[in-house]
Amino acid sequence: MSIQIRPILVALRRHKAGTLLIALQIALTLAIVCNALFIIHQRLANMSQASGVDEADVFVITNRWANSDQTTSQIDAQVRADLLALRQLPAVRDATPGSGYPLKGGGWDNYVMLTPEQVQPTTDAAVYTGDEHFIDTLGLKLVAGRNFRPDEVMVMGTQQAITPPSVIVSKALADRLFPGGHALGKSFYSMGPVPTTIVGIVDTLQRQGVDRYAQSHAGQSLIWPLRADDARGIYYIVRAKPGQLAAAMREAPKALLAQNRMRIIDPKDGVQDYATIHHKVYDNDRGMAILMGIICVVLLAITAAGIVGLTSFWVGQRRKQIGVRRALGARQRDILTYFLTENFLISAAGVALGTVLAIVFNLWTVTRFSMAPISMAYVGVGVLVLLLLGQGAVLAPALRASRVSPVEATRGG
Amino acid sequence: MFGYYIDLAMRSLRRNKALTTLMVLAIALGIGASMTTLTVLHVLSGDPLPGRSGTLYYPQIDPRDNSGLMPGKEPPLQLTEIDGFNLLRAKRADRQALMTGGSVPIQPDSAAIDPFYVEARYTTADFFAMFGAPFRYGGGWDAADDEAKARDVVINSGLNERLFGGANSVGHTLHMAGSLFRIVGVLDHWAPSPHFYDLYTGSYGYTEQVFLPLQTALDMHLAHNGSNDCWGNGTGGVGSIYPSSSCVWMQFWVQLDTPAKAADYKQFLIHYSEQQKALGRFVRAPNVRLRNLMQWLAYWQVVPDDVRLQAGLAFGFLLVCLVNTVGLMLAKFLRRAGELSVRRALGASRRALFAQLLVESGVVGLVGGVGGLLLALLGLWVVRHRPSDYAALARLDPAMLLTTFLLALVASLLAGLLPAWRACQVAPALQLKSN
Repeated sequence: MSIQIRPILVALRRHKAGTLLIALQIALTLAIVCNALFIIHQRLANMSQASGVDEADVFVITNRWANSDQTTSQIDAQVRADLLALRQLPAVRDATPGSGYPLKGGGWDNYVMLTPEQVQPTTDAAVYTGDEHFIDTLGLKLVAGRNFRPDEVMVMGTQQAITPPSVIVSKALADRLFPGGHALGKSFYSMGPVPTTIVGIVDTLQRQGVDRYAQSHAGQSLIWPLRADDARGIYYIVRAKPGQLAAAMREAPKALLAQNRMRIIDPKDGVQDYATIHHKVYDNDRGMAILMGIICVVLLAITAAGIVGLTSFWVGQRRKQIGVRRALGARQRDILTYFLTENFLISAAGVALGTVLAIVFNLWTVTRFSMAPISMAYVGVGVLVLLLLGQGAVLAPALRASRVSPVEATRGG
Repeated sequence: MFGYYIDLAMRSLRRNKALTTLMVLAIALGIGASMTTLTVLHVLSGDPLPGRSGTLYYPQIDPRDNSGLMPGKEPPLQLTEIDGFNLLRAKRADRQALMTGGSVPIQPDSAAIDPFYVEARYTTADFFAMFGAPFRYGGGWDAADDEAKARDVVINSGLNERLFGGANSVGHTLHMAGSLFRIVGVLDHWAPSPHFYDLYTGSYGYTEQVFLPLQTALDMHLAHNGSNDCWGNGTGGVGSIYPSSSCVWMQFWVQLDTPAKAADYKQFLIHYSEQQKALGRFVRAPNVRLRNLMQWLAYWQVVPDDVRLQAGLAFGFLLVCLVNTVGLMLAKFLRRAGELSVRRALGASRRALFAQLLVESGVVGLVGGVGGLLLALLGLWVVRHRPSDYAALARLDPAMLLTTFLLALVASLLAGLLPAWRACQVAPALQLKSN
């Protein structure tokens, strides 16, 4: 069976406007759909990054001091007492003080330099503070070196900047600063003239923020042995014993208030488990992915409906010609193939134009929103989807056309 | 004539319900999606202080050393404490206010209410008059109170409601951050959006509940909220407040009533930078900016990228819907070649046919516009229930309502233009003969 392309092309020349419109619609749909798919993929990739935290058992208490006129040593005594009380709770495995926590949605980060006189920073790291319980509390995996010793933990007062002599870094930061895996024992500088020496490396420790700036420094974090005794407040990160998260989250604030009432733990979001924290921080990404998904589905549906509509019209218009062809010996299959081929030719032109549009649209997002350039795989998937969609949409009208009886040839109209 | 065309349009649209529904639905979806995103874009890029924004300026100077810890040619986005007070006391503008954000604990008199934190703005006397903040009771403090580090406070209507049940609380005391403050004024509802005067504390949906003199806050070492950037030996500074000359953490706004005054003020900033360089405080050549409020918002790119991306995509979506409608209308009009030929043969001019077909597409556009409006309302309802900080702002105003209908009408007329023109080209004799 030879596919008659020439007669199809000749026929299409009589329907220039309709042909161009379908091709244009397919092109625009392709451009939008593959960019939307690409955005969905990026957002899902963001959301599936491991935080490094034992998210099933860890929760965070946001503790603000009600009396803002305490001295640093008064606060430090209170923080130590609080931690002791938390760690003694039956449902609690460990607890640490902190000035922030992973996936908080933003927080302290520092430029990092290899030499003190360096003008351009080497990179940027999220800064965590905690005591010798930090690693165990978050459930981080120490892959090299050692944990902090209790005597290394220093006190940091309100808005005070201290560079401790020792630091534990995430593997991502270690590899970025000292490629080749020799980071242990090396020193670097971070916003000050005093060096800090790497004593340990943890496997994964996600940053506090997940915005685009954070994504370009993904996973680069450092931990300093500091108790952040800020006059405003402190975060207590707590790890429950396996399966006892709910009990621990109930007991912990009570234990703190029993210690001292001059504190404010917000009843709404003062105590949050990691499922909540995780859900909150990726809200924008999730919303965008869902929206893009809806746009894709609706666009494809509209395009398919448009193809059905226009092809039905063409079939109706050509009933007589189809009847003539049938009367002259064309089989039903030939008529079906005719319309499928016609659609394929139009779609092919459409996706060719659409590929160009998709890349132009992507370039716009790259320059305006500094997004990543689109991978050709998405364009490929988009092309395939649209070709199949076109064939699927044209099937019903084409079948109807193939059932036109040869008798139609003899009828007027 | 118009009524007759409408009647013809309705008959024709009823004849093929599936096709009509598809066209209306496509326009409605396109309009709904683009109006939802356009409305969000519109409210987010709106003018927070209409009528005033043209005369409000945000001076920037460059006090940094050459260490390059803060790369970039643009001067820092905030001022150091020293420069802030120097510019404030120079009083070269019609009005000026120096400010920064913070949060303070409040201990209510009633033992039944637990202490709680509120967002605070530490600022100077001109703040309220310059930004046109409306007072329900009382008023602001004056410059003498600033210098005297007075324990005066202005509270917003929300806090007044919470603590005093909405009654006139001027003259009452407020136990705040371990000190007694005197309430001098209660603001009426006031929440400029974006929160232009300090975008570090959040761009949208952020309001302070207490306003107190900046010098009082510095004197009491109250907690600072927002951003601070330091350089040189600025880090490692010990104490409860930032080094005054090597950390930027304050915002400074001025009111300059004429463009000439703005030009003079820019000269003053250059002069000030040169003077500070001569004194040895500044290292770099004068590097100043004087943006007005809307320029400042544009420079800051306050509208989130995602919102602009969504708007771009939604208009692509609308374009697809339009192309789709053009195709369907073309099919519909051409199918009626016979009917149109009869009308031509009976004496209707091409122009009359063209008008008739455009009326038909206009009807589709209007119905699609109504559908689009409903979809946009639904879309905005969804946006409002998302946890973004601008959620509460996503509402349709009359201007956007009108835009919706205009967009729908123009879009569908455009979509009808080509099909109507093509349909009018039919040769009546040929059509009539072949039928």
